[in-house]
Amino acid sequence: MVEADFSIVSDPADRAREADNPHSRVVRFGMDKPLSLDAGIDLAPFQIAYQTYGTLNAERSNAVLICHALTGDQHVANVHPVTQKPGWWETMVGPGRPIDTERYFVICPNVVGGCMGTTGPASTNPKTGMPWGLDFPVITIRDIVRAQAMLLDHLGIASLFSMAGGSMGGMQVLQWCASYPQRVFSALPIATSTRHSAQNIAFHEVGRQAVMADPEWRHGRYFAEGTNPRRGLAVARMGNHITYLSDAALHRKFGRRFQDRDNPTFSFDADFQVESYLRHQGISFVERFDANSYLYLTRTMDYFDLAADYGGVLANAFKDTPTRFCVISFTSDWLFPTSDSRAIVHALNAGGARVSFAEVVTDKGHDAFLLEEPELFDIVRGFLEGAAKARGLPPARG
Amino acid sequence: MLMRLKHDLTMAEAARTPGGARVDLLAVADMVAPGAKVLDVGCGDGELLRLLAETRGVDGRGIELSREGVNECVAKGLAVIQGDADTDLADYPDDAFDYVVLSQTLQATRQPRIVLEHMLRIGRHGIVSFPNFGHWRIRLQILLGGHMPRTDNLPYAWWESPNIHFCSIKDFRELCHVVGARMEKSVALDAWGRALRFNAPWWTWNLLGEQGVFLLSRRDRTAAALSGAAR
Repeated sequence: MVEADFSIVSDPADRAREADNPHSRVVRFGMDKPLSLDAGIDLAPFQIAYQTYGTLNAERSNAVLICHALTGDQHVANVHPVTQKPGWWETMVGPGRPIDTERYFVICPNVVGGCMGTTGPASTNPKTGMPWGLDFPVITIRDIVRAQAMLLDHLGIASLFSMAGGSMGGMQVLQWCASYPQRVFSALPIATSTRHSAQNIAFHEVGRQAVMADPEWRHGRYFAEGTNPRRGLAVARMGNHITYLSDAALHRKFGRRFQDRDNPTFSFDADFQVESYLRHQGISFVERFDANSYLYLTRTMDYFDLAADYGGVLANAFKDTPTRFCVISFTSDWLFPTSDSRAIVHALNAGGARVSFAEVVTDKGHDAFLLEEPELFDIVRGFLEGAAKARGLPPARG
Repeated sequence: MLMRLKHDLTMAEAARTPGGARVDLLAVADMVAPGAKVLDVGCGDGELLRLLAETRGVDGRGIELSREGVNECVAKGLAVIQGDADTDLADYPDDAFDYVVLSQTLQATRQPRIVLEHMLRIGRHGIVSFPNFGHWRIRLQILLGGHMPRTDNLPYAWWESPNIHFCSIKDFRELCHVVGARMEKSVALDAWGRALRFNAPWWTWNLLGEQGVFLLSRRDRTAAALSGAAR
């Protein structure tokens, strides 16, 4: 087949339902509790969908906030309600895992602008009764974090024992530490940056243009018009997915091997395994993700520049911070390279912060933070262990 | 600082107390006030930071060049970053720490003088320990053997040694003078890790001490402290 086969993709209506009535806990904020957006708009009413794992202790001192990445969601450690696949960070979060749900109370909200139950462009606009689409306001990382703070207020959690996130999740972690330093005891920004680079903005722009070039996108009104810009979104995902890997990882996994054939077909079929793999990535993404959400959240990342909010001096964002940091990068991550993490560490040191920084050796690229990386697990476990001791949390059982 | 971790692992064969602690690290720890904020430059696998946390209750941070050393430290819950003493100390603000420690690190830096100056700028105190190149056994190896010395503290062949700036206790005193450092305390350890007699003359330390451990402060700061202007 010359083009990707979307016949397996489920009905987009399933996804639309998930946007308003998700398989998650939901907290709804009414007109009296608007989310004040950086764009100068008050978003109200709005809702946050979230998952929790473990038990909040009596002192309310063991809460860990997990922030998901661009195409992630709140289903960290449970079967995903749409794809039926395991949670995206089950290797990291769970009973006996580095972020141990037998010790910590783990919360993961879907971000504002997302499509899994927190208000976003796929949600119903109460004014029109139709999905927001492009009428949805542009969201910043600060907006996302502000909404998360409202969720924690609602849950009665004044201060977090820890928070962790990779990529866009790491941006949220850094923004939290800058916006609410007193509420974050320890933080793990992983494979992230305090500003999105020109190269990263460029990749996102290619993805957005792919979505918008799909005739079924209909200027964002695809729900109303009964279309589905799945080809555009799949191409966007394929392009982005390459940036999450590395040359070495692609070579190790696929090399130049053919897919179910011994010779080239002299056509544009997916002759190579790597082509087949990318098509699969594109198709499975379309099944669970909203095209407009993709546009909004890539924009959210593009706009992120933490230092710009502090007179261009990153160190000022973390001045006198009480938070204990553990910054982690991966050797083969060229999307959020180690130099980005180093810049965070320098700023934290200049501000006198208590910071650890480790670079994990791997050929898995940016995606490494989601994968089986024993060294990463040891570091996260050890860091949290030290922080738990300092926080006075009881030691692990067994 | 290259291969600093390996150096530390070799130092594992260095003199230890019956309790298992390295005597040179104990000598360093003895100079640190309880509860202080400490930066250990070239912290290896974190043995000193751990000792300081356990016995002195310090708020310790570390810089380590080798990735394996850093990751081991972080997994132990220590606040350690991957970095290079020669280039990264410049990023730290003045007086950020009560003590900056160079434990078996100075001789492995490219620019010992600049590292020492940064140390005195970043820390209110500096603690330096290093293998004494003036020790009689080393002198003898060069004099009679005619080859670069190898000892328990300096186990490398010259072509693979991370130690690129050897000095004797006498040389180090001279550098302290050059950078305006005041020696507040000094200890020389013999081959068995025993401290030499305090009132012994310098030249005997330089001859008999296998290692030197020094507590330093900046001379101008000391003057200010004496006049009550600084803490």
